[in-house]
Amino acid sequence: MSDFTGYIAENIGMIGLRLAEHVGIVGLALAIAAPVGLLAGIALADERARGVRGAIFYILGLGQTVPSLAILALAVGVLGVGWVPATVALLLYAVIPIARNSYTGLRAVPEPAVDAARGMGMDRWGILRQVELPLAAPYIIAGLRTATVFAISAGALASLIGAGGLGDFIFTGIALYKPEAMLAGAIPTAMLALAADWGLGRIEKRMGRWRRTT
Amino acid sequence: MSVMEFLREYDQSLLIALYEHLRLVGIALLIAAMIGIPLGIRIARRERIAGATLFLLSAIQTIPNIALFGLMIPILAMINRGIGPFPATVAMVLYALLPLTRNSYVAIREVPASALDAARGMGMTERQILLRVALPLAAPGIIAGVRIAAGMSIGVAAIAAYIGAGGLGLFIVRGIQTTWNMMTIAGAAGIALLALVVELLLGWAERALRPRGMRGEEIR
Repeated sequence: MSDFTGYIAENIGMIGLRLAEHVGIVGLALAIAAPVGLLAGIALADERARGVRGAIFYILGLGQTVPSLAILALAVGVLGVGWVPATVALLLYAVIPIARNSYTGLRAVPEPAVDAARGMGMDRWGILRQVELPLAAPYIIAGLRTATVFAISAGALASLIGAGGLGDFIFTGIALYKPEAMLAGAIPTAMLALAADWGLGRIEKRMGRWRRTT
Repeated sequence: MSVMEFLREYDQSLLIALYEHLRLVGIALLIAAMIGIPLGIRIARRERIAGATLFLLSAIQTIPNIALFGLMIPILAMINRGIGPFPATVAMVLYALLPLTRNSYVAIREVPASALDAARGMGMTERQILLRVALPLAAPGIIAGVRIAAGMSIGVAAIAAYIGAGGLGLFIVRGIQTTWNMMTIAGAAGIALLALVVELLLGWAERALRPRGMRGEEIR
């Protein structure tokens, strides 16, 4: 135990740096994945996409069976090592739940709400922005929440391709069999994931409540 | 080296890795099912305990897998089991509990009250109601939980290669270490294929287990 506290005290600056790297990679990946996923979800929910929808969801489902570790490794083959391939891999992984949930949320918008908006003279864009997206918001946030937890988890593996992050401590700990290093990486990673999940869960719940009162 | 040459060269080690992977996933799923399914059924009538249990299980699942390994190795090292298939199995059981428990819980709760009433009216005992009415009606939902848990475990097992548990993940690990893409792709494709086959088989089981009276009407 004293090993552990000593190690933490000695490496506190480094832990902070790795945490910042971790949050940076995950944040950048999500900042790109969120708009892309949302747009994909909107496109898929459109009536004109009916023919290709099944095939696209099949491919997305297939994409999700490829383990995150493999996606990271394959990104190295295309983009080399460092934070760029790591971000791209995380982003590919995070887009799927966001697109899927945006689609589900938009499809779950009650038909009468859309009809009423149309009857009020709203155009397609107005309906999307003022009726459909707000009603689908809890689903979209739920997708973002899943994507965030995925990305934080896969971000811990990004260390293997030279992208830094909290995984550095975990893998160093495993390689050298140094439990204090494992814990120094594992505890903040777990806490980061739990905190993000909790925070986005609160937002999701608040939006759901707001939805019921309108 | 072409794909065919690679497969010829490594067919033995691929088969061994596949076997290790399946064994790891199989054992973890079996243990998790033996805990999770009865647990889900038990908590179906106890609202408060159910909330707390599912909250705890989803918190466990939120923990990134390599972090869970990192947390568990020092703990399990106390009983000299820090490295290898053992900690991997423990972690996979912990992850698989959520879908198994949650799906069993939801499936049992969604058994129509009218069916239970009818069974009670026919003079069935509580045990008979559970075994002959509730469980058959809940079976597709429970199998859906097994399917989710299986898909997840196959992915987690890939990372378990880093703590010496073997399996197809070993190909990915070696591929990364030697920057040999063919090796990485072999592991990744093997795992994706395995996940796909298991998904198809369990999807089929899910449909086959649907009671005769319920076929035709799709469950959402």
